[in-house]
Amino acid sequence: MTSYIGSATSRVDGRAKVTGEARYAGEFNVPGLVHGYVVESTIPKGRVVRIDTGGALEVDGVLEVLTHRNRPPMADNDLAYKDEVAPEKGSPYRPLYDDRILFTGQPVALVLADDWETARVAASMVKVEYQKEPHVTDLHAERSRAFAIDAPEKPRGDAAKAFASAAVRHAAEYFIPTEHHNPMELFASTAIWEDGRLTVYDKTQGVQNVQKYLCGVFKMKPDEVRVMSPYMGGGFGAGLRPQYQVVLAVLGARALKRPVRVMLTRTQMYALGYRPASIERLALGASSGGTLESMQHETIAVTSQFEEFARNDTGWGNLLYKSPNAKFEHRLVKLDLPTSCDMRAPGAATGVYALECAMDELAIALKTDPVQLRLQCYSDRNQGEDVPYTSKQLRECYRQGAAEFGWDKRNAEPRSMREGSELVGWGMASGVWEALQMPATVRIVLTANGHAEVATAASDIGTGTYTIMAQVAADMLGLPIDNISVKLGDSTLPQCPLEGGSWIASSVCNAIANTARAVRGDLLKLAKGMKDSPLAGAGVDEVALIDGKIVSKRDANRAVSIASAMQSGNAERITREEVNKVDEDKSHARNVHSAIFAEVKVDEELGVIRVTRVVNAVAAGRILNLKTAHSQIMGGVVWGIGMALHEETLFDHHFGRVMNANIAEYHVPVNADIHDIKVIFVEEPDEIVNPLGIKGLGEIGIVGVAAAIANAVYHATGKRVRDLPITLDKVVQFE
Amino acid sequence: MIPFQYARANDVADAIKQIAADPSAKFIAGGTNLIDLIKYDVEEPTRLIDISHLPLRSIEQTSTGGVLIGAMVPNTDLAYHPMIEERYPLLARAIMSGASQQLRNMASTGGNLLQRTRCFYFYDTATPCNKREPGSGCSAIDGVNRINAVLGTSQACIATHPSDMCVALAALDATVHVAGPAGARTIAFADFHRLPGNTPQRDTNLEPDEIITAIELPPKGFSANYSYLKIRDRLSYAFALVSVAAALELDGDTIKEARLALGGVAHKPWRSSAAEAALLGKRADATAFAQAADWLLHGAKGYGHNNFKIGLARRAIVRTLGQAARGMPQSLSDKKIR
Repeated sequence: MTSYIGSATSRVDGRAKVTGEARYAGEFNVPGLVHGYVVESTIPKGRVVRIDTGGALEVDGVLEVLTHRNRPPMADNDLAYKDEVAPEKGSPYRPLYDDRILFTGQPVALVLADDWETARVAASMVKVEYQKEPHVTDLHAERSRAFAIDAPEKPRGDAAKAFASAAVRHAAEYFIPTEHHNPMELFASTAIWEDGRLTVYDKTQGVQNVQKYLCGVFKMKPDEVRVMSPYMGGGFGAGLRPQYQVVLAVLGARALKRPVRVMLTRTQMYALGYRPASIERLALGASSGGTLESMQHETIAVTSQFEEFARNDTGWGNLLYKSPNAKFEHRLVKLDLPTSCDMRAPGAATGVYALECAMDELAIALKTDPVQLRLQCYSDRNQGEDVPYTSKQLRECYRQGAAEFGWDKRNAEPRSMREGSELVGWGMASGVWEALQMPATVRIVLTANGHAEVATAASDIGTGTYTIMAQVAADMLGLPIDNISVKLGDSTLPQCPLEGGSWIASSVCNAIANTARAVRGDLLKLAKGMKDSPLAGAGVDEVALIDGKIVSKRDANRAVSIASAMQSGNAERITREEVNKVDEDKSHARNVHSAIFAEVKVDEELGVIRVTRVVNAVAAGRILNLKTAHSQIMGGVVWGIGMALHEETLFDHHFGRVMNANIAEYHVPVNADIHDIKVIFVEEPDEIVNPLGIKGLGEIGIVGVAAAIANAVYHATGKRVRDLPITLDKVVQFE
Repeated sequence: MIPFQYARANDVADAIKQIAADPSAKFIAGGTNLIDLIKYDVEEPTRLIDISHLPLRSIEQTSTGGVLIGAMVPNTDLAYHPMIEERYPLLARAIMSGASQQLRNMASTGGNLLQRTRCFYFYDTATPCNKREPGSGCSAIDGVNRINAVLGTSQACIATHPSDMCVALAALDATVHVAGPAGARTIAFADFHRLPGNTPQRDTNLEPDEIITAIELPPKGFSANYSYLKIRDRLSYAFALVSVAAALELDGDTIKEARLALGGVAHKPWRSSAAEAALLGKRADATAFAQAADWLLHGAKGYGHNNFKIGLARRAIVRTLGQAARGMPQSLSDKKIR
């Protein structure tokens, strides 16, 4: 029997997705469905003075226009609106709650009509009068008002003094603009109100998070609300917190006592969360021999006026590089915008970008090869916690990545490599992320016909969760993968955390292992009850489930088929539910690592940049599925290319508005921008991190990619661009 | 978005009759721009007259050796037509540089000329814009204007014409055939699009009750020495920051005739007779090209974010003329700039 774990198994939900059988939140049609269209605030700050809905209500097919004045009741305390990932400090935004305008694009009315087009037409007839108040949306202009938040990392030694006396110093500011997630699927919710019970199909990365949130906002009991999100067309963090359309859909359903769907437009999605713009200041001091003496990392990032969102931007240097002196500071600037939120590798995508560019600049100042500098500064311990790693094959990432890329042929001199009209540059960077587990419960129902249903309330946000769960369950239960069905994305299923932070694979797969062990115990009991059982006396860990049989590990000839064991015990089904063991052990650091090597070709006169090669060597513990893992990392690299060269949400600060709120003008890479991407998975057995040695891959693919490209652009051109995105006008000074 | 009625025109005369009867009606062909504008509440036609079925889909040689292109020929069909590929490759390359395959399949030749100008504020009804609401002010001049114009601007408007195809048509000296209640007339391509001046709400000199029936290309296609170079913020599916259409007729190294047009920098495809005249009789080298660039960019003015476009355009002009002179036009499949 072949093992599914580790193999390049095709997605078990692939067929459903390409045939359209897989349904998304905006595709659940029910009789009498009402469509909602959102009217947004056109100002960033102030109050709604008057809303004239008369014109809209006269439109044939319009059923109602909800505003803060006539909406059904909602909770009136912050706690009710605090979802699992809401920032600790602040008052969460309450959709359609009162007359206060907190950001441009905030919903001020919901038009409900028999069809979506009618609702949209009527929405354009809703007239809103505002009382404007002065607003601020520019991080640079407001940076002097930044305030420090509790630093996630403790200082060590005296970083300022050590920097001042360091033989070689580099200090600079880097900037990452606001970015939006832009998942392909539009945010949508379909709310069905029946006999005081609510069923919601929602685009979310956490059905149970939304379920609890709706119970709070609408003062309902847990068993009265069911939230489902079987498939998701991309999340990237945008679907971690409940978004406002789910509240509006429920308000509509409650008001009309009919099912209501609210789907946002692409433009409206620019008023949801975003990766906060951040100013990152790095100061690195080194000995002349090229070891770090001092490391300082300060971040100033954007949050809203009403919540304090922050992620760890500054602490990653503690994981990567040894430095006896270190200081970290994270500050926030409150702007009249929606609250910033998690976006793929939150904190690391931005913080490691700055850190890894700074390390490149330090290597240049030291006249040291950038890989060599990283090896000289390599840290075998997380210095913040002063603990070793469960595993850290980053050295091997550097070695294998460099070998695959041909790094040894690099001429260190900037502008030294060229091909015709193009300058060629090679750059590299490191990547790092966490390898966490969260408590998750998995239920397995094994039926006598040899089929198993594996269920938990996780969401598959497109990453392949259905597939890896089927693989692990098939191996653990000794069944063909076609006999496994996986159920996800339903709040009534066993408890599971949000799909985020790269923790779902490790959490649910280890939970499957525990549940499968319990199933195995039940089967063994049944087998032992058989007359002359060949497994008499065997313990649960002395047998394995292989090829539909319960088999002694000592003697493969001693076996009982699952079918006969269940038949003899008259067991039609075995149902078990277990949780993974989440280690409280603080004696080790748990991280994934990567090394990225990038080649760019830059037209010397025109500044046009092509990223012609990227090698990303990743050490992330056990790889469950080579195919989906490869796609996951490749996608991260593509996004990293976009972060480096293309992505930027453009604000008009006078109006406090996003001006490129569509995917024609908000640029992400297209096929022509993508060339060779090589993904390497470095072997990293790890028996400490969790029983299955799984570390997770969701975030690591993007981390460090933009830095490798920025470093390559410098190597090609001799021009250091620290402000992303690196557009051609930043590379070439056009006179 | 507002409700609108839909009607189909049977022939050109019917189309003219229908549009003349309803001043708030609009023609729709491929709809690749108009539908967006309706969704954004920028255009609010109460009636759409579908002209996509009009018998204007042929590409024919004219008696004088030129080519007459029906207004309803899809962009894709035009770009791939053997006669266009062979005799007017500059036009084919320009078309293929724009939009995406799906959009080019839908977009019509006539409609391509009538794309509204590009500006973030024109598309955002929550901001003032003289083009949408004359007299309300131009938000782009002091706003986010990286994509805006540096040539032929006015205090009223700094929007840019978005088309690639039109840049090539301008360089090729095309003629626009139109029909209206008073009969048919032709408009030289240079006179078709307008500069914003004090009336930025008008993009073209086509009257509201007129319809484009065809585009005529003169015999000369410059198929030996041409290039279309489009510089943008990503390597495909993006509007031009600057694009250059260059066409040369050479006698050995000497320039006998030159055509040069810019996209992405003005309210219309930008040409200058002085720039082209400056090349005549000159050796086809970087010095001559740079002089032509100076002429073509004479009077250019940046508005902050878009200052770089002037220098970028200068270098792009020199590069494109070089490609044309060498007989090595910019490749579309290989994104490396030659």
